[in-house]
Amino acid sequence: MAIETQPGTTQQPSGGEPGGPRPVRAWWRRPAAHTALAGAVLGYFAGHWLGNYMGANYQQVSTADANDLAIVLGYIGVVIGWLIGLGVFNDLVLQMLGRPVSTTEQRTEQEEARLTGVAKYFRFTLDHKVVGLQYLVGMIIYFCTAGLFAMAIRAELLSPTYHIFSSSTYIEIVGEHGTMMMMLMTSVILGPFGNYLIPIMIGSKRVAYPRLEALSFWLTPVAFLILLSSILLGGFHMGWTGYPTLSIQDTSGADAYAFAFGLMGISMILAGFNIVVTVICYRAPGMRWSRLPIFVWGIMGTAVMMVLAAPVLVGGMYMLLTDRTVQTAFFTDQLGGSTYLYQNLFWFFGHPEVYILALPGFGIVLEIIPVFCRKPLFGYKVAAAGMIGVTLLSFFVWQHHLFMSGINPDMRPLFMLTTELISIPTGFIFLVAMGTFWKAKIRFTVPMLFALAFYFNFLIGGVTGVYLSDVPVNTTAHGSFFVMAHFHYTIMGGLIFAFMAGIYYWLPKLTGIRLNQALGKVQFWTMFIFFNSTFLPLFAVGLAGQPRRVFEYARNLETLNDWVSISSFLLGGSILIFVINFVWSTVIVRERETGNPWRSRGLEWQVSSPPPPGNFETVPVILSGPYEYGVKDAPPVADLNPPPGLLTVAVNGDQTARAEA
Amino acid sequence: MATTGDTAAPAAGRREPSHGWRLFAIWLVIALAADLVIWFVWKPHLPPGTLSTSAADQQFDLAVLSVIAAPVMIFVLVYFSYAVIVWRHREGDDEDGPAQFGHTGIQATWIIGTAVIVLSLFVFGTYELISPAGAGAGEGPAPIWTPGGKTLQVQVIAQQWRFTYRYPQFGGFETTQLVLPEGQWVQFNVTSIDVIHSFWAYQLGVKADANPGVNNVAFTKPTHAGSITVRCAELCGLWHGAMFDYGRVMSPANFLAWAAGTRVQLASVTKILPPYATTYDPTEIATLGKVNVKLGLTGAGGGYYPPQDPSQP
Repeated sequence: MAIETQPGTTQQPSGGEPGGPRPVRAWWRRPAAHTALAGAVLGYFAGHWLGNYMGANYQQVSTADANDLAIVLGYIGVVIGWLIGLGVFNDLVLQMLGRPVSTTEQRTEQEEARLTGVAKYFRFTLDHKVVGLQYLVGMIIYFCTAGLFAMAIRAELLSPTYHIFSSSTYIEIVGEHGTMMMMLMTSVILGPFGNYLIPIMIGSKRVAYPRLEALSFWLTPVAFLILLSSILLGGFHMGWTGYPTLSIQDTSGADAYAFAFGLMGISMILAGFNIVVTVICYRAPGMRWSRLPIFVWGIMGTAVMMVLAAPVLVGGMYMLLTDRTVQTAFFTDQLGGSTYLYQNLFWFFGHPEVYILALPGFGIVLEIIPVFCRKPLFGYKVAAAGMIGVTLLSFFVWQHHLFMSGINPDMRPLFMLTTELISIPTGFIFLVAMGTFWKAKIRFTVPMLFALAFYFNFLIGGVTGVYLSDVPVNTTAHGSFFVMAHFHYTIMGGLIFAFMAGIYYWLPKLTGIRLNQALGKVQFWTMFIFFNSTFLPLFAVGLAGQPRRVFEYARNLETLNDWVSISSFLLGGSILIFVINFVWSTVIVRERETGNPWRSRGLEWQVSSPPPPGNFETVPVILSGPYEYGVKDAPPVADLNPPPGLLTVAVNGDQTARAEA
Repeated sequence: MATTGDTAAPAAGRREPSHGWRLFAIWLVIALAADLVIWFVWKPHLPPGTLSTSAADQQFDLAVLSVIAAPVMIFVLVYFSYAVIVWRHREGDDEDGPAQFGHTGIQATWIIGTAVIVLSLFVFGTYELISPAGAGAGEGPAPIWTPGGKTLQVQVIAQQWRFTYRYPQFGGFETTQLVLPEGQWVQFNVTSIDVIHSFWAYQLGVKADANPGVNNVAFTKPTHAGSITVRCAELCGLWHGAMFDYGRVMSPANFLAWAAGTRVQLASVTKILPPYATTYDPTEIATLGKVNVKLGLTGAGGGYYPPQDPSQP
């Protein structure tokens, strides 16, 4: 049963009186991003000193001239110092000392009252709406940074021999681009839209674990900075997969890779755990599983995969770090380890991760399409079943990344089967959209255009995925640009297009400000055309024999590669239009949009934009599903001000109904 | 889905056209045309060519998958295009669309249809994997799908950043040239002495990861003479992009002459090589220094690098 506990009754900390308002200090004495940075710097030096003290004789251990133990302990110091500086542990320490601690709600109210403007976005805050916006801006920054690396790669590939970067710099750039995209973009939709909208969509006034949620965000900037700091240590030269023994022989930059990736794994676990518990335990009365918005199902599946898959990544990265620092030998063949172990661990996380990058996109487009078709979602249960199916199957396919590695050849038919099976639930997502389009009244708003483009791109990405699951075809395509084009179609063409759809659709909800729609259409058309013009030729390039991550290729592929490079620069220009639109609309023009511009039935649109503190005056009672467009006399989606007795009636009514069933 | 068409009542007044049959007709024409083009025009030019049995098999598989995928993709694209054109919102129409929450028949047809396609692809893929002896993919140290009979053994030793080839049936000489006879099954024994590489003989349709300490076996049969491009397909360090060479397929007589000649020519080097084995432990190859001196190599561009020094060119 989805009954929310009364918001005021969260557990009081033992000892001490419930907290009153704390004294207000000058802004620079309050914990925020600047104290966190100071803490991080101090922490690095403390950790580095400790590492040199402990492991002075490890100096010659693994690579060249640096004590990797000192570097890794330095990074641990960075994280601890960063979190102390943010004030993450303040309440914990106060509680241990028996001093008064304010509850989540009290803190949120205090923050609302005390902090105006942008100051609260630089703090460790317990308001899920603030965390969502922190994630949104953070993710855009990470995406653009990694995108610049991509354009540097394409600049190098303008010529079939190496000419701009040294081979070392080139591989560093490839690694930075891949790792930054793959580790940080896991939260590109769950972070902003999941954290912000899920509680509102399920009729809750809060999330289950606001501290974990905030912590999950504040680990991302430090993971981002640590990954970038790799460049100062000479970079890492093993791509985003980091296979040993290459990653063990690599220079100290590889420590930054493993540490940042592991840290982001922890962030994923925390974010996912919070979402799972929130959706299960904090639904409003009447928000049955069959009334859950389909976006919530998508995020729920994503969160489950994050919670179950990311621990394997954290374990793998931990082993890699101990191999590199204190000479364990998990991945060294001559000493009883195995490089296969790492490949298995990595892809056991890595393949669910690919669906962590796909499911939120499914959720967004299916959430948007009924609104702009003015029709109910076709086959709601099929859509939910598709998402659950993808979530479950994603854990059984990872060895298709190892088809050429020589491991378990007799298991190949099995993994071919599981991989191909996953296209059935993915097909449901197409069925649902196509059914919804049948005799619809399609409105071509910017979010809808992005949703349509999502289906075009994901169709190509999905079908080429079936090619790759076939072992004989995989023999030629594996490790070539074909694979690279395939996953860019699913991730950039799927996830990022859905992210754009989500921004244009929900930004009025998140901020009360709408983006410029004309610029949005310009951005859509340039992005759609140049995205396809960048990645479609790469299928041919891959099948013609160009492996990934090379700076030299056959001379007859130069024309295609140049075409791709120029398209990719234009694609970058399209993203620049987005950034300009985003900054221009939210900072300079600030065109207000407080109502329900899309006439959506979604619960999140029934409250004002941006939603008031606490989302709802009282816990709403959900009366009907979110997609009942075109239904005569459809009841409103929820009663936002239920009379006091109605709550019990709704609850008991549900219980009676269940008892009868 | 296209065939099970209209369920909602036609709109009042104007007669509603039969969208289902229209869609089906458009789809049928385009899909048929696409499949014919793929099979008869495109297939002979599909990679990776027909230099070996495994390459030809992969070309065939690629064509079969394309013939199955094209109608599916065309169906989705035709449907979306049709919807976008026909069912777009008209000015002044503020009513919602029909309230269809689903259609059991269509949903069941879709689910059964996709399941049938997927399962037949699985059966096809498995047959095509097993029958041509593993389809040219690396099968690990104990291959289960083998061609049977006598095979030419070629060991591929990968290191940063080049491949060398040993021919154990011809005295175990080690050379930088990949030369194969036509019309005979070849067994590649792929291994590495430092990091993970991947041996990709493009025109042969062979790909096998080179793992340190593992013998990864792949089979193929070159069918006619030609040249081969070998590239490393797994990132292996700084000069991964420059790790490629070229090989040849020649007639059996020419091959035997080449092998005998090379065997004699390299006899003095073969003597100081480590004895032929399926894997080599780099920390125990004491004689490699001698080989470098013998061949006049200084370590740059092809010698063995100690694993802790990746910055050497």
